[in-house]
Amino acid sequence: MSFIWSLVIFSGLVALVLLGVEGAKLEGLFGIWLPYAAVGIFVGGLIARVVNWGRSPVPFRIPTTCGQQKSLPFIRHARLDNPATGLGAAARVALEVLTFRSLFRNTKAQLTQDRRLVYGSEKYLWAGALAFHWAFLVILVRHYRFFAEPVPVVIGWIQGLDGFFEVGLPVIYATDVVILAALGYLLGRRLADARLRYFSMAADYFPLFLLLGVAGSGVLLRYVWKTDITRVKELAVGLASFRPVLPEGLGAMFYVHLFLVCALLAYFPFSKLTHMAGVFLSPTRNLANSNRARRHINPWNPPIVGHTYAEWEEEFRDKIKAAGIPLDRE
Amino acid sequence: MYDGGKILAGIAIFLGLVLLPVWHNAVVASAPRPEVKTPTHEKHCVDSAAVMRASHMNVLDQWRDAVVREGVRTTVTPTGMTVSMSLTKTCMNCHANKKEFCDACHNYLAVSPTCWECHVEPKGSSS
Repeated sequence: MSFIWSLVIFSGLVALVLLGVEGAKLEGLFGIWLPYAAVGIFVGGLIARVVNWGRSPVPFRIPTTCGQQKSLPFIRHARLDNPATGLGAAARVALEVLTFRSLFRNTKAQLTQDRRLVYGSEKYLWAGALAFHWAFLVILVRHYRFFAEPVPVVIGWIQGLDGFFEVGLPVIYATDVVILAALGYLLGRRLADARLRYFSMAADYFPLFLLLGVAGSGVLLRYVWKTDITRVKELAVGLASFRPVLPEGLGAMFYVHLFLVCALLAYFPFSKLTHMAGVFLSPTRNLANSNRARRHINPWNPPIVGHTYAEWEEEFRDKIKAAGIPLDRE
Repeated sequence: MYDGGKILAGIAIFLGLVLLPVWHNAVVASAPRPEVKTPTHEKHCVDSAAVMRASHMNVLDQWRDAVVREGVRTTVTPTGMTVSMSLTKTCMNCHANKKEFCDACHNYLAVSPTCWECHVEPKGSSS
């Protein structure tokens, strides 16, 4: 059901932009205003989320890590898994962000024929996620050629490496193949396994449809329904320099691509995709385990209002005296 | 304890990276879209301007396959002309200057076609 709903909403978005551009001729809205609004929501929304997280106090370090903490000199210290310094924690976060180490530890649980629960290594999700994220990053960086003239040389090198196999014309990029295959796997995985299907929600399928839509429309735009990319660059540079111009004849496919990117950007801060910012704020990853080395004071501790014995004695002086109990201060 | 300094530094890096095109264009203004000169002695190309702008590479690719692999050397274009399928003889008969015609847009978009790995750029030509 959630799958159908996500597909319906996604198809509605595509129909909306096709009607808007082909029917109502709202190129200005879809070409200029929506991209600005989407980037605004993306940047503002993510900053709001991060600031909100940042306002939560960090009372102590959470040492739920897999490695041996820094201890006596003859006990080997796991520097990456259980770092004692900020630098070590930064390295741990970097490895998490760049190589998804936590996901590498992913396991699967299965019942055997004789109803025994066994756990096994499960690396496909890690491999699929890693392939998708890196391909997406390279594609994102490649798009920089639309935003700067002259194009930085690095972009040319990346394009050259990406199109290394020189298959087809225009050259088929390896990342285009990888991103579609990886997204297809990530979607198929949710559909193929009954247990995974059971707890997959619309919020899981919808981002996958959006990403598949963005990647798919981009691939179609490059290889099948082409557009004049000099005009695309004119639009992109105009937007980036806040002197927007709207070139003629960009074609419906281009607007579908652009609108799906806008939808993805605007959806970002309100969805699971916020893990882009959240991964940097994972307390079990980004805090060095220094609980024993130095004192961490809980910032939400209320000020302790003491009531000393001397004050208590003063309060009940008469009663204590009447009961014949000796007083400290007569 | 709060990590306000680190949060703000992270947000600054995020803004720096995400809005890189904006900073780039604020510092170095991007050159405008190149306008290529159209030839004066010939009114029609082998297809409409819109098709040529978007898909000229596919036309050349089909021509290459027809000439090199099938030995067919002439074709009738959608505009009704019979032309020799040749980059240097047909295309560059009108668009004679590689630097001013081909390279203008290809450089603008960091496209590096492999045409000139086999073809020799006509020398001393200009239109």
